[in-house]
Amino acid sequence: MAEPGTVVGVTSQDTLPPGATRGPWSCRLHVVTGKGGTGKTTVAGALAVALATGGRRVLLTEVEGRQQIAQLFDTPPLPYAERKVASAPGGGEVFALAIDAEEALLEYLEMFYNLRRAGRALGKIGAIDFATTIAPGVRDVLLTGKVKEAVNRPDATRPGGRSYDAVVLDAPPTGRIARFLNVSAEVAGLAKMGPIRTQADSVMAVMRSAATVVHFVTLLEEMPMQETVDGVAEVRTAGLAVGGVIVNMIRQPLLAADDIERASADELDLEELVAGMKEAGIQAGVELVGALATEAAQHARRVRLEVAERAEVERLGRPVYELPLVADGVDVGVIYRFADLLRKQRMVG
Amino acid sequence: MSTTQGQPAQRPLPVPPVPVAPLDVDAMLDSEKIIVCCGSGGVGKTTIAAALALRAAEQGRQVVVLTIDPARRLAQSMGLSELDNIPREVAGVDRSAGGRLDAMMLDMKRTFDEIVLAHAAPDRAQQLLENPFYQSLSSSFAGTQEYMAMEKLGQLDATGDWDLIVVDTPPTRSALDFLDAPTRLGAFLDGRLLRLLLAPAKAGGKMYLKVVGVGLGMFGKILTKIVGAQLLTDVSQFVAALETMFGGFRQRAEQTYQLLGAPGTSFVVVAAPEAAALREASYFVDRLDSDGMPLAGLVINRVHPVCSAARGLTVERSLAAAETLAEHAGHPLTAAVLRVHAERVRLATRENRLRERFTSAHPDTPLVEVDALAGDIHDLDGLRDVGAALAGEKVLHQAG
Repeated sequence: MAEPGTVVGVTSQDTLPPGATRGPWSCRLHVVTGKGGTGKTTVAGALAVALATGGRRVLLTEVEGRQQIAQLFDTPPLPYAERKVASAPGGGEVFALAIDAEEALLEYLEMFYNLRRAGRALGKIGAIDFATTIAPGVRDVLLTGKVKEAVNRPDATRPGGRSYDAVVLDAPPTGRIARFLNVSAEVAGLAKMGPIRTQADSVMAVMRSAATVVHFVTLLEEMPMQETVDGVAEVRTAGLAVGGVIVNMIRQPLLAADDIERASADELDLEELVAGMKEAGIQAGVELVGALATEAAQHARRVRLEVAERAEVERLGRPVYELPLVADGVDVGVIYRFADLLRKQRMVG
Repeated sequence: MSTTQGQPAQRPLPVPPVPVAPLDVDAMLDSEKIIVCCGSGGVGKTTIAAALALRAAEQGRQVVVLTIDPARRLAQSMGLSELDNIPREVAGVDRSAGGRLDAMMLDMKRTFDEIVLAHAAPDRAQQLLENPFYQSLSSSFAGTQEYMAMEKLGQLDATGDWDLIVVDTPPTRSALDFLDAPTRLGAFLDGRLLRLLLAPAKAGGKMYLKVVGVGLGMFGKILTKIVGAQLLTDVSQFVAALETMFGGFRQRAEQTYQLLGAPGTSFVVVAAPEAAALREASYFVDRLDSDGMPLAGLVINRVHPVCSAARGLTVERSLAAAETLAEHAGHPLTAAVLRVHAERVRLATRENRLRERFTSAHPDTPLVEVDALAGDIHDLDGLRDVGAALAGEKVLHQAG
């Protein structure tokens, strides 16, 4: 049986400096993907803060038109302009941009053809809608093209000579990620030459370079894991470098190992629980103790499931970073806590 | 609300504190002709759709479930090993009430191809199927999947073979795409831009380029810059071929859209107890309302309620008690169990808060909650349990 973690078609990784394929990730473009509901945007935000820590400037981008970054950082909806959304420890800054395909196209027309006004006129007869939404693949070329532009944008006044030290892309979900990033292949059948093809190829060159890495966010559950395994294989086949796997919403095992076994088999010692509750000053009847045992059993089954799925994660052969379940929900404070956790686990240097 | 003495409280009851009408799932399964499950990605739409379909079939109806992208093992359990657009009977369904369950997985490219083959002369159809623009459009345009799901729904409905069709919607980036995409595709294929492109193409391929280059002037030049001349030619030929075989894509899209608003159709919005998923659900409910679409209600999937008998034990008290025990180094099991409880209450409190935010904004939307299960569903028994939970009966073996 082929080992799922076997490296397939990652020639681009061979050109990386030693150690660069295991993290800490110092590349310029971090693509973050994950199945819906895995907390991909939260992780992308935390990674941006982690990268900015120590005085760097980082751009966090989204491409799905959902204003998730604004919600994450509790700011008003982002315009099509780079806005500072957060500061990081040590003088770092996180900027954010919600990339819109139509705006990206108008910007592109202006930049290369000086055609912004004509572009607006085209919008009225549906040509822009055609180019950004209908013509398959073109939309993705425009979105990734804007990301590429931000990655490469020069700024002579800054150390390193670039506007941003790193760009984090909160990318489409795992099921669509390979197709989204593999823009050259996507437009190959459509445009054998011409501006779209040229732009797609130049985007692809950045995506396949050592500057770019794709991180996967997953949960220790069957479906998100299955999608991650599939997504990793697809991204590798597309010739892109797979970075780390971030396992989100991990339950801390609160019960001792042997109690996990007993609890999940519904065999906890209820009399011991009654005695313990009495000792703690809580008068507990059969009902309360039974309810607590049920909750313990559910917790234990969840922990066992996570242990089983963790083996799947290991088989991917990628560095794994862990983030805990936050029972009270994610707010801005949690992003900083997660950024700190990612740094402590050496996801970024 | 107490459990029987001596029996472990294994039946956590999801009791919404705000009085919200429960979603009467069985009544819906009994009377509707079409049920559309929608919601953002990762909330368990496919599972809910399959569970509803199975329950209706075992209650005696002739049901077909149209799924888009089922998890592998769930697909296998329903006999969906092939993506071939053909509804097949699901084995293992209890047919004693006279019902049956068929299932099929949508193959959007094949559905599109079938439309072409059914409506065009063979040589014309072949020309269209080989057109590069058609090939891209039919396999990767973001709206095609939605449109083809609707198209397939219309086809299944037209056969009259089933008295209930349950549709699972595509995993779109936003739940709203599902409603918008078919109209958008239809509007585009029938729109002004394409008519402009189409006119010269009708006059012949070579003429077309000349017209675009000279006659259309600026417009053609810009468009050529955006998409390239070759792509424009492909599109133009594509539309010419399309138009001869079925006039008015828009009309077709509107018909499908109307089917959704017709009596006998119900929308079920599925969400997870997460802020983002419920926000999407909220938008979707408002959108259905403003479009006059029939909303049956909201399913909040995978909730973590606190067992009823343990509701009185607060986070603070549990943690303080666990501390006390830890100080005396006695009863480590009890201390751990109290910490598990505290975490559970915190989670349930957050989920309650999110649900209340939704219900206070949508007090008239019926609601049902399904407890989180220990693992994924990959057999009919699992689907039956979910169906029972949807109908307000109980399910065991939750996850913490």
